Amino acid sequence: MKPAPFRYIVAHSIEEALAAKAEHGEEGRFLAGGQSLVPAMNFRLVQPAVLIDLNPISELAGIERADGVLRIGAMTRYRALERDAIVWRDLPLITHALPEIAHPQIRNRGTIGGNLANADPASELPAIVRALGGRLRARSAISERTIKAADFFVGALTTALAADEMLSAIELPVLPARSGTAFLEMSRRRGDFALAGVAAVVTLDAEEICRNARLAYCGLGDRPIHATAAAQSLIGERLSEAAFAEAARLAQDAVDPQGSVHASKGYQRHLAGVLTRRALRTATERARHGH
Amino acid sequence: MSTRYFGAPIPRNEDRRLLSGQALFVDDVELPGLLHAAFLRSSIAHARIRRIDVTTARKRAGVVAIYTAADLGDYWRPGPLLVPPPPIAGLMFNQRTQVPLAKDKIRHVGEPLAIVLAENRYLAEDALADIEVEVEPLPAVVDLENALSESAARVHGDVAGNIAARAHQRKGDYAAAAAKADHVIRRRFRYDRGASNPIETRGIVASWDARAGHLTVWDTTQAPVFLRNGLAGMLGLSERQVRVIAPFVGGAFGPKIMLFYPEEVVLPWVAIKLNRPVKWIEDRLEHFFATTQERGQIHDAEMALTRDGKILGVKDTFLHDTGAYDPYGLTVPINSQCTLLGPYVVPNYESSFTAVFTNKPAVTPYRGAGRQHGVFVIERLLDIAARELGIDRAEIRRRNFIPPEAFPYNNEIIYQDFAPLEYDSGNYGPVLDKALDMLGYERFVTEEQRRLRAEGRHVGVGIVCYVEGTGIGPYEGAKIQVQANGKVSLVTGIGTQGQGHYTSFAQIVADRLGVDVRDVDVVTGDTDQFYWGAGTFASRGAVVAGNAVNAAATVVREKILRLAAEHFECAEEDLVLADGAVAIAGVPGKSIRLGELALKANPMRGAVRPGTEPGLEATQYFGPPRGATANGVHAMIVELDPDTFVLTINKYVVVHDCGTVINPLILAGQVHGGVAQGIGNAFYEQLVFDDQAQLLNASLADYLLPTALDVPRVELGHTVTPSPLNPLGIKGAGEAGAIPVGPLFAQAIEDALGLPAQGVELLEIPLSPNRLWELVMKGR
Repeated sequence: MKPAPFRYIVAHSIEEALAAKAEHGEEGRFLAGGQSLVPAMNFRLVQPAVLIDLNPISELAGIERADGVLRIGAMTRYRALERDAIVWRDLPLITHALPEIAHPQIRNRGTIGGNLANADPASELPAIVRALGGRLRARSAISERTIKAADFFVGALTTALAADEMLSAIELPVLPARSGTAFLEMSRRRGDFALAGVAAVVTLDAEEICRNARLAYCGLGDRPIHATAAAQSLIGERLSEAAFAEAARLAQDAVDPQGSVHASKGYQRHLAGVLTRRALRTATERARHGH
Repeated sequence: MSTRYFGAPIPRNEDRRLLSGQALFVDDVELPGLLHAAFLRSSIAHARIRRIDVTTARKRAGVVAIYTAADLGDYWRPGPLLVPPPPIAGLMFNQRTQVPLAKDKIRHVGEPLAIVLAENRYLAEDALADIEVEVEPLPAVVDLENALSESAARVHGDVAGNIAARAHQRKGDYAAAAAKADHVIRRRFRYDRGASNPIETRGIVASWDARAGHLTVWDTTQAPVFLRNGLAGMLGLSERQVRVIAPFVGGAFGPKIMLFYPEEVVLPWVAIKLNRPVKWIEDRLEHFFATTQERGQIHDAEMALTRDGKILGVKDTFLHDTGAYDPYGLTVPINSQCTLLGPYVVPNYESSFTAVFTNKPAVTPYRGAGRQHGVFVIERLLDIAARELGIDRAEIRRRNFIPPEAFPYNNEIIYQDFAPLEYDSGNYGPVLDKALDMLGYERFVTEEQRRLRAEGRHVGVGIVCYVEGTGIGPYEGAKIQVQANGKVSLVTGIGTQGQGHYTSFAQIVADRLGVDVRDVDVVTGDTDQFYWGAGTFASRGAVVAGNAVNAAATVVREKILRLAAEHFECAEEDLVLADGAVAIAGVPGKSIRLGELALKANPMRGAVRPGTEPGLEATQYFGPPRGATANGVHAMIVELDPDTFVLTINKYVVVHDCGTVINPLILAGQVHGGVAQGIGNAFYEQLVFDDQAQLLNASLADYLLPTALDVPRVELGHTVTPSPLNPLGIKGAGEAGAIPVGPLFAQAIEDALGLPAQGVELLEIPLSPNRLWELVMKGR
């Protein structure tokens, strides 16, 4: 379990990193936290010719709020997100979900950008960014653009990033008042990838009518799945167990579980329903009473 | 014997070295000019080898040599049969043992095809990709029942139906018993494969001293003496030319008793051929293919009972998956066959098994070593009987216990040590009583469970009993020597992998010789330090080596007393051994340190009395007539989420009787660790092979070892029924924690979810949330 030979480049600025990526294209991989890439290299499942280390680039890390949007630098560690007061105040969904991601040692090292760019469909953050309607900033040596989360995740371990692009930041709109969120997942052991997971967002109006809802799933498709029909079914409704059950039923139709050694497709679909009901219950409760 | 240390829960002598990084493990061995090995392993389970071309690979910079089976010449031969089949009438056995490097045929994924020697492991692994292999794929033999069919592919071309062995054992007359039974239960039980996954994988360093004509091998083996003897034989050396050191080993659990692994054969040969030391450390990926595994069996079993729940007889027919090879003989299925009888009176028993070759890694003992399956079958049969006859689960077990006055109790059939299965001693009722008491069984079933169920919670209870055959022969030895500095050297040939031998053996010596337990320096597993021995397996270290240590310490004590009596010109009875000195009782100042006495026992000049042996030293051996049978009860309360089938253990109790206890702290650790492995086996771990015998979860991300969060606090109780078969009265405890956890989970989960009422029975291990969901769905 030793990696194949590779060249290692330390990037000291975004420009340096992007220049190296432009030069090496698909042969070059950015090294962020390395928590997925390095094990994959040790298994020789991936054999990049060049590693471009982003760790020295301090401007890639950090969390700031401006104009109702949280902007999170790609190299921000999970641990920083987990402990950030602004995140807890404005997007507690992230704070609730982060302890489900792997283990503290991994969260100390892993980054949000590395996670999203890796696009593991079982991973929590892609589903969360999808549920929050996030936008991803992509930069190359010659251009910069914004990609909606809905368009960013193209398939298992595949994103819309071009060979010369870097995911530089994530923008997450802060939710309106009387919004509630919940993240729930089922994994075999604490810290394992989810067999099924759901990020639920619910916004109520003053009359307790649901004005907005989003339901995004991890582990239940080849990318994070948004159950649009299920979410739509809640809007305009006074939320109740019956509404949750109907949304759960629609969500079970929306997901596309792949099955694994740990869970059959049928069990995963079953879990999608169970978790949807439970997450909506919690999110609605939080929308009514705050997180 | 004074009892300062023996029986006391003292902390372990070895922990300082382990925790401060001063303990030597195989991978710590660094030698000048060390080469690193990587093995090219088959990615296909069953194939004929057409061609292996290493020409390109040899040219890679840093590669020193590459060898295939063809290069081994006459050295290439199948490994030895470690355990010949026991003398059971009518037994059939096809010996097909593993080979050093696959020559004509590949029989499982991961079987080594070539070894690369390079200046470091990175380069060695790089070169693996340069080797060209051409094979003709053959259909993989995976499923046990399909393997037996006429049309199945053959793992070994000359073995029809892939039958590795057949054996039949019986006592009494089951058919006659069943004919007059009130109730007969028949079920099919399945138990699937797992891997031991010790923290330290296997590893070998081999070094050849050409000037001295001497080979040194550091190996993670559980059997250094056998390894030395075998290597000497294979290499044409005498035993004294080979030194095997099994240093600190980070867990073994049985698979490291297996020999000879291909790597163990090839590395010493390479070290001699290249005259350079060479190291191979198994990585975690390799461990899933290159180390032996356990546990695939299918049982068709029936039990005949009276209406009041007395067992009249059991009949069991089972298939045993032995994998691609059977170097360990029939130990595992024989253990299944024998351990099924448990702590119960089974007057009539008929058991036959067929061991089957498959294209999977070979099966050899892994903690429990087949006992799990037998316990699963009898305990589940009793659960079903209890339900169908309307008897409490604890009560039906109690009614069938072998009564205390019936010991020694002869079960008549032949055990793994070739002797009749005879339990030496036991008193089972109090063990069950204590477990029920610690669990709060009565209150739980009469009050708490009812109350929680009314709240909509799904809680259940499980109680299972088992016996563990331990401490089998042949023998172990120990050499004890008082050093001039007053420390006591203790050397034994048995290996060690974390069981606490540096402490428990020292406790025996410390009390005998009146020294501080920290002043006993224990060395194990170095064949140059102690020549004889068998190894650490079958829960035998404390029983067999422990009693050898005791015997040697007793002789040294006698020598000390004799010499001190001469020195003080007093009677031996007037002497006391304490605080590292011998003193005349009640006479202040009349005392001599043991180290000083040791010097006197080795005079530099002058004459000695004829027959005098130098030093305060003795070597003694111990071999029991047969194994000592320990027993125990596991009980637990679980709660299930009825929607996700996630399981929480609310309480876990183990009550255990392993005779005299040397160190309760170490014993608790053994049981806790065993329970953790048992929980893994019951609810987390499973080696999942596809229909091409490809392992689908060969990593610790997908092979789910239970973590600290999944293993509950284990409440431990003991009763003590000493073994009459050894002077210390010890029985083994190494496997007790792991053996009965499967049926415990099945019983408790059934109870929590009310599965029998839904027509669902849990007749397989491992279970998982997914599997529970599938079974419940099938029941609907």
